[in-house]
Amino acid sequence: MSDADFTLHEDARGRLQLRLADGRTFEGVVPVRAFPLGAPEEFIGLVANDGHEVLHIPRLADLPEPTRELLARHIRQREFVPRIEAIESCTAFATPTTWTVRTDRGRTELILKAEEDIRRLGQGRLLVTNSHGLHFEVADLAKLDATSRRILARFM
Amino acid sequence: MTARSQFSLVPALPVRWQAPAAAQIAPVETVRAWFETDLTADLLYARGLAVLTDARVLHLSEDGGVEDWKLSTELLLNHGEHGGVGTLELLRAGERVGQLRFTLAEDLGAKRFVAEFERLAAGGEPASESIEHCPVCATPLDPSQEECQVCAAQLHTPPSTWTLFRLWRFARPYRLQLSIGLVCTLASTFATLVPPYLTMPLMDEILIPFQNGTPIDQHRVMLYLCGLLGAALVAWVLGWARTFVLALVSERIGADLRTTTFNHLLSLSLEYFGGKRTGDLISRLGSESDRICVFLSLHALDFVTDVLVMLMTAAILFSINPWLALATLIPLPVIAWLIHIVREKLRTGFERLTRVWSEVTNVLSDTIPGIRVVKAFAQEEREGQRFFAANRYNLEQNDRLNRIWGLFTPTVTLLTEIGLLVVWAFGIYQVSQHEITVGVLTAFLAYIGRFYTRLDSMSRIVSVTQKAAAAAKRIFDILDHVSSVPEPANPTPLPQVRGHIELRNVGFRYGSRSVVRDITLDIQPGEMIGLVGQSGAGKSTLVNLMCRFYDVAEGAILLDGVDIRQLSIPAFRQNIGLVLQEPYMFFGTVADNIAYGKPNATRAEIIAAARAAHAHDFILRLPQGYDSLVGERGQQLSGGERQRLSIARALLIDPRILLLDEATSSVDTETEKEIQKALENLVRGRTTIAIAHRLSTLRKADRLVVLERGRIVEIGNHDELIEKNGAYARLYEAQARNQGEDDA
Ligand SMILES: Nc1ncnc2c1ncn2[C@@H]1O[C@H](COP(=O)(O)OP(=O)(O)O)[C@@H](O)[C@H]1O
Ligand SMILES: [Mg+2]
Repeated sequence: MSDADFTLHEDARGRLQLRLADGRTFEGVVPVRAFPLGAPEEFIGLVANDGHEVLHIPRLADLPEPTRELLARHIRQREFVPRIEAIESCTAFATPTTWTVRTDRGRTELILKAEEDIRRLGQGRLLVTNSHGLHFEVADLAKLDATSRRILARFM
Repeated sequence: MTARSQFSLVPALPVRWQAPAAAQIAPVETVRAWFETDLTADLLYARGLAVLTDARVLHLSEDGGVEDWKLSTELLLNHGEHGGVGTLELLRAGERVGQLRFTLAEDLGAKRFVAEFERLAAGGEPASESIEHCPVCATPLDPSQEECQVCAAQLHTPPSTWTLFRLWRFARPYRLQLSIGLVCTLASTFATLVPPYLTMPLMDEILIPFQNGTPIDQHRVMLYLCGLLGAALVAWVLGWARTFVLALVSERIGADLRTTTFNHLLSLSLEYFGGKRTGDLISRLGSESDRICVFLSLHALDFVTDVLVMLMTAAILFSINPWLALATLIPLPVIAWLIHIVREKLRTGFERLTRVWSEVTNVLSDTIPGIRVVKAFAQEEREGQRFFAANRYNLEQNDRLNRIWGLFTPTVTLLTEIGLLVVWAFGIYQVSQHEITVGVLTAFLAYIGRFYTRLDSMSRIVSVTQKAAAAAKRIFDILDHVSSVPEPANPTPLPQVRGHIELRNVGFRYGSRSVVRDITLDIQPGEMIGLVGQSGAGKSTLVNLMCRFYDVAEGAILLDGVDIRQLSIPAFRQNIGLVLQEPYMFFGTVADNIAYGKPNATRAEIIAAARAAHAHDFILRLPQGYDSLVGERGQQLSGGERQRLSIARALLIDPRILLLDEATSSVDTETEKEIQKALENLVRGRTTIAIAHRLSTLRKADRLVVLERGRIVEIGNHDELIEKNGAYARLYEAQARNQGEDDA
């Protein structure tokens, strides 16, 4: 994708402004991943205020640098899926239970309402949904420490 | 001290913030509102406190950082939310000067914060209505909710590990039978212990003296033999009685358990069903409750008998010879320890197995109803693969468990053999020392045989018990689940319903996704409202909320001035007729299906309802008329026919409020006209909320409400909205154009 196709910059409110090659501009576009789990770096839609996609980016990596960085930062700001690095403790070995977890976004507690809220994504990847509907990711089950795996095993 | 007085108008801060806040806030400032944040602007977890005073907005973070923004007419607060994360943007002259972020747990506080900010900006006094805060966690309470949602979320107490004992709740009604069973067990167990005891005198008084030359006392022999026979007979009769009584009781307990669980399941909200898979629920109610039943009738009984036998045997052994008895019991602690170790592994293993097993059922319940799609896309092989995979996973898990389990039983057997060896050795030694007679040793060996068999069977029970415990846990999971649409403790009585519905700032989300926002609407009795908007706008969600299938997350829905959460759910729903786009037909006759909401309806009433729904004619064309079977395995009805049956169903209960969710969307124009006529009968005089894809269907509506992404964007009648040339006009034009193309 060449530079000429569109330009993207941040306005004073911290929102993204998109200017297409044909001169149309859009204020406050939001980047939305089409496959947040399966292909987070590909197929990114820029959605305008009215909910319509105005631009589709097949691969983030193909973008020229400042734009890619800007977009990646906005995606990170928008999508909050903490990655669980360790499960330190849990209040009970039966649901509902509260886990104390260490994530890439800091330590927190999460309430697991039912075993079904742990979704297998394949290759050891898991998606855990807490009682507020927030998602947490486990990148690779096998790479967790023994305690975390032991706790997880009780719920899977 | 001063700091505290500044907070007098607002509820007390959580303790940890009191000192840092007092250090930051000048005595002349008045605190108007606060809420806690749990994320940084970069979305890292960290606690913080946002405070609104009459001079500024202040944010303290747990690492001691302080940010503040002076209040001015230019400073605006903007509340937003996405994917479970809330954001308060601080804007000054259109420029973003700060950002506060938090998870949904803090959202309610944030909304109040914004409301207070706006009141302050408008020069208003602090909120006079006292905001109640949860006494436990200090989260502001929604006035419409009695319980603190944050605490409720944490109050999810897990079921205890002694789940099996909770079955007592179901066993209580059968106390008497259970006691009889237990007495029989005791007596029959005792009877089985008599024969080995008789071997002692048989040896010492008859056989050994005979070897030493004394003739056999035939009378004594007869007596002992009769004793043996009698004990066997008594044990037989009592054993039969106890098995019969207890099997009877356990079947009843099992049935009660199933019925109670099913009834409870029915009372749970749609949210619960939305999060569960059918196969999983079916397997919990079916095979797992059966497993508990089997456990109760066979294994629990065996277990009690085993313990009894062991205790009695031990007592008898000790009474005969304490030293030999002690030697006998040596392997016992080792076995107990072994059981303890294996038990823990087995329990988690069996819990996993039941889950894996539901996975197998899930594949079935997923595929069989969708068989038409499977065949249409020729995906039989893939579904087969899916089943195969689930099965193989099941096997793998089973194998893993069997490895542990397989080792366990032989180990117990080995230990018992060793125990026997010890008794032989020690016994022979004692006989040689003339401390015991040969008869005593024989009796011991006979007893120990029983003792160890019991031990063996008891160790086997470990697995069955763990299986039953796992099953019980999963059943109590259902039973312990409190409906998210709770029946009020003291429902407000519902007299004659007029049908006045009021929605006040209604908000709702599925999980973290906000679907309906800030809807305020007043619907007069007898009024017909048309809800329009693109698909996904939140129309069905609004209907679900009005039916109380879900409870609103914010705001309130009132019926005749009463919050619907204060009404008894069945009483409330009796006043609602719901017609859905894809009406569900239960297995049964056409008449049964029409009378679903009013099972005692007369045949004449059913026919009248069917007539009004314009269904009578086609029903008469069915081979058995109103007695034809529909639903699964029954007569296949077309979409429009089912639609009219469901209209008849709604008509029959004569509801004050009618909710039509795309009731005519799945049918052709001709049928729609027919259904339209049916609906006109239905709508007359009732408060109606109709959703329709074809806008022409809603011409008769008194008011049209246009929804866009969960918010009301326009309200008015058809002409007004066309005049306005807004969202509705666009929708209408788009359809008119399509219509034109179709006609052309
Ligand atoms: N049970 C559910 N769980 C999660 N999201 C849902 C659920 N039901 C509906 N939604 C979502 O809520 C939004 C509104 O849905 P709905 O009210 O059915 O729209 P419509 O206006 O077409 O009737 C849609 O985006 C839909 O995906
Ligand atoms: Mg809908």
